[in-house]
Amino acid sequence: MKGAATAGGLSRRSFLVATAGTGLVLAVGDARAETGPEAAGWRANAFVAIGPDGRVTVTVKHLEMGQGVATGLPVLVAEELEVDPAQVVVEFAPADSRRYNNLFWGPSQGTGGSTATANSWEQLRLAGAAAREMLVEAAARVLRVDVGGLVAANGGVVHQPSGRRLSYGELVAVAARLTPPAAPRLKAPSEFRLIGKAGVKRTDSRIKSDGTAQFGGDIRLPGMLTALVARPPVWGARIESYDRKAALGVPGVVAVIPISSGIAVAASSFWAAHKGREALKPRWVEPAERVSTESLRRTWTALLDQPGSPAATRGDADAALGQGTQRLAATYEMPHLAHAPMEPLNCVVRLSPAKCEIWAGCQFQTFDQAMAAKAAGLRPEQVEIHTLLAGGSFGRRANPASDYIVEGVEVAKAVNVPVRLMWTREDDIAGGWYRPMALHGFEASLDERGLPLAWRHRIACQSILAGGPFAGMVKGGVDPVSVEGAANLPYAIPNLKVDLHSPKTPVPVLWWRSVGSSHTAFATECFLDELARAGGKDPLELRRALLADRPRHLGVLELAAAKAGWGDPLPSGRGRGLAVHESFHSFVAQVVEVSIGAKGEIKVDRVVCAVDCGIAVTPDVVRAQMEGGIAFALSAALFGEITLKDGRAEQSNFHDYRCLRMDEMPVVEVHIVPSSAPPTGVGEPGVPPLAPALANAIFAATGKRLRKLPIGDRV
Amino acid sequence: MFSLMVNGERHKVDAQPDTPLLWVLRDQLGMNTVRYGCGQGLCGACSILVDGEPARACQMPVSEINGRRIVTLSGLNDAVSAQLRAAWIELDVPQCGYCQSGQLISAGVLLRRNPNPGDGDIDSAMSGNLCRCGTYQRIRAAIHLAARRLRGGS
Ligand code: FES
Ligand code: FES
Repeated sequence: MKGAATAGGLSRRSFLVATAGTGLVLAVGDARAETGPEAAGWRANAFVAIGPDGRVTVTVKHLEMGQGVATGLPVLVAEELEVDPAQVVVEFAPADSRRYNNLFWGPSQGTGGSTATANSWEQLRLAGAAAREMLVEAAARVLRVDVGGLVAANGGVVHQPSGRRLSYGELVAVAARLTPPAAPRLKAPSEFRLIGKAGVKRTDSRIKSDGTAQFGGDIRLPGMLTALVARPPVWGARIESYDRKAALGVPGVVAVIPISSGIAVAASSFWAAHKGREALKPRWVEPAERVSTESLRRTWTALLDQPGSPAATRGDADAALGQGTQRLAATYEMPHLAHAPMEPLNCVVRLSPAKCEIWAGCQFQTFDQAMAAKAAGLRPEQVEIHTLLAGGSFGRRANPASDYIVEGVEVAKAVNVPVRLMWTREDDIAGGWYRPMALHGFEASLDERGLPLAWRHRIACQSILAGGPFAGMVKGGVDPVSVEGAANLPYAIPNLKVDLHSPKTPVPVLWWRSVGSSHTAFATECFLDELARAGGKDPLELRRALLADRPRHLGVLELAAAKAGWGDPLPSGRGRGLAVHESFHSFVAQVVEVSIGAKGEIKVDRVVCAVDCGIAVTPDVVRAQMEGGIAFALSAALFGEITLKDGRAEQSNFHDYRCLRMDEMPVVEVHIVPSSAPPTGVGEPGVPPLAPALANAIFAATGKRLRKLPIGDRV
Repeated sequence: MFSLMVNGERHKVDAQPDTPLLWVLRDQLGMNTVRYGCGQGLCGACSILVDGEPARACQMPVSEINGRRIVTLSGLNDAVSAQLRAAWIELDVPQCGYCQSGQLISAGVLLRRNPNPGDGDIDSAMSGNLCRCGTYQRIRAAIHLAARRLRGGS
């Protein structure tokens, strides 16, 4: 590494030259999506540009946060454009809600809900196919032949009768003058040579294996200051006083600025800002009511005795509860969780009178643009976002309040130089925007065959959507993301009732990888296991019986069970558990194998995972997302817990917010169900089945039913 | 003023004595492969070598570094590092990538000491490096692959 790479110095072109090699290459920097011919080549459309050297640039509108969009999305273009992935470079789109919106979200650009591949599936293939048809048409004009004899292949157009070939690079000048086709022809799945095939490599493995991948904290602009913010330790507290002088006395500290979220300290380096922030010694006026996990548990448990807002009703669950031959009840509890992406939040902001530039791993570009504009006193289109790689997110960066972006803009506005706004790990863990705590209460009855007759499920969970820009999605008191995976329970139970309480707390909550399913799957799949045991049924057998009309659930269930050797005997002290769950239109089943030591130590040995995500565009990325989702979920199931006391979070860093480590990682096997259905998400759906499959495995091994997460090291 | 030998080059830096080496490397020398994840020696994102031994740059005040040899991921180009990097790319280990320079430093320390590590050796050498994306299984496979290649296998 030769000195500091600055945002200006590491230009897009120099980066491309530096890494040009084999395979898809991820460029760092943002696209300049202009229509019409560019000086250096042809921009065919918003997603495809081709240079005179034949190099294809694919513009990716989604954030690459590890989930592999910078690999899978370019494959969609390369497939239809008939280019070798080695000819393709990838760059990230600028913020543009009209051109680069998420097609599932209206005029809003953003990444989330495992939608990146699904919403791009047609769009990017059409973009590739349109460019291909224009290149073929261009070849027809150059060669003065009929398009009928022309075939696009491998980055060029061949005139089959004569064998003459023109490379795309030779055709861009002519293609640039043509009108895009209204309805380009897309390949049939049987014609795919890249989509769904093994051997497509990630575009970003090289830069992430030699350390040159650039994240927000790596951006350095001339004159830039680094800012940290002292935020209230108790939600709802107000600043009373702070020692401005002491902070300014720390060498390197340049400014102390009250901003909307707290007191910012801007300094010449991170360390100076950090020491300056310590010197502030802020005093806060704390609100009278200070929330604790204990108090939430108490009041929410009481709520479970009261009817909530109805989320799903089938038959008459209340009456059927009294019928049946057996009646069961259970309560499940899941804690607040922090996302804790490996890269703590940060952004770099440069303001000028008519422009605000932001460098960050932005996940909701359109919200970030709007919120930054508001904070800067500009119009959204005056905010230019350079979307960088993100060192993880798991939902944290998809914050409609754009919290850390707004902080960056507010500080930059005050200091008049570029600002790098950073969060420490402590800020991150204790800073809220958690996966909400959830309590789930169940009552059920079984008929004489041991099959569920009634299922009553009541949830108490703080709403993520209420009070924010998506509040309109809350209907009849039901936040759909609080009940996803529960209201649409797939099992054929004749009488079902699901209702919801959405108590408020001062703690901000947010989507956390798999959102509602991160808690509903645990509750429903464990309780179903309880019903199976009570009815004297094998958990696989009961699920089979209740999923007869759900072929995709059954498909992953049978595949996972077969690959795991469900039913094969295990030595004592070991157990197998399973769970199946649909989220984001993908279906995942997992079988967990666990060993319990002499002192109750839990060791997760193996996880067998089957996934049906429609067409798996890049199968190895799908496998990686299942592996990663399982590790992320296991981390939470065993250790993840934010507890609140006296209005604040009790955890602050990885010593007390424990995360899974290498020696705790089980062997994971992933099996993909072959499919010709359009692709659905994979970033999140690997998460939900893990915790219930684990708790069910522990029950199988020990007879102990665990109804509260996290489980901890031992039973 | 402190004098640092980083990746074979001498640098003079002006810093407060208690500044962690991490921030001197990143903010003053622009060495971005050394990453900030926790600042408390808990995650391994800032892993480096000091006189050939693995260390956490966030835990070392710059004043204690004088004269010692610092090596970051980009300063490593021995056969072990090259094979590890190749295995990482071949098996598509990284997801977000943020932890990976630290992972590669620790994996290199392991393979330089133990050319034929078992899973238990990998666990103990690597469990100081967190990966929130959960790439552990591929890291394990990539270490085995690199070790095999270094021993002359394929
Ligand atoms: S940043 Fe040094 S160990 Fe985490
Ligand atoms: S690859 Fe994302 S934290 Fe390891």
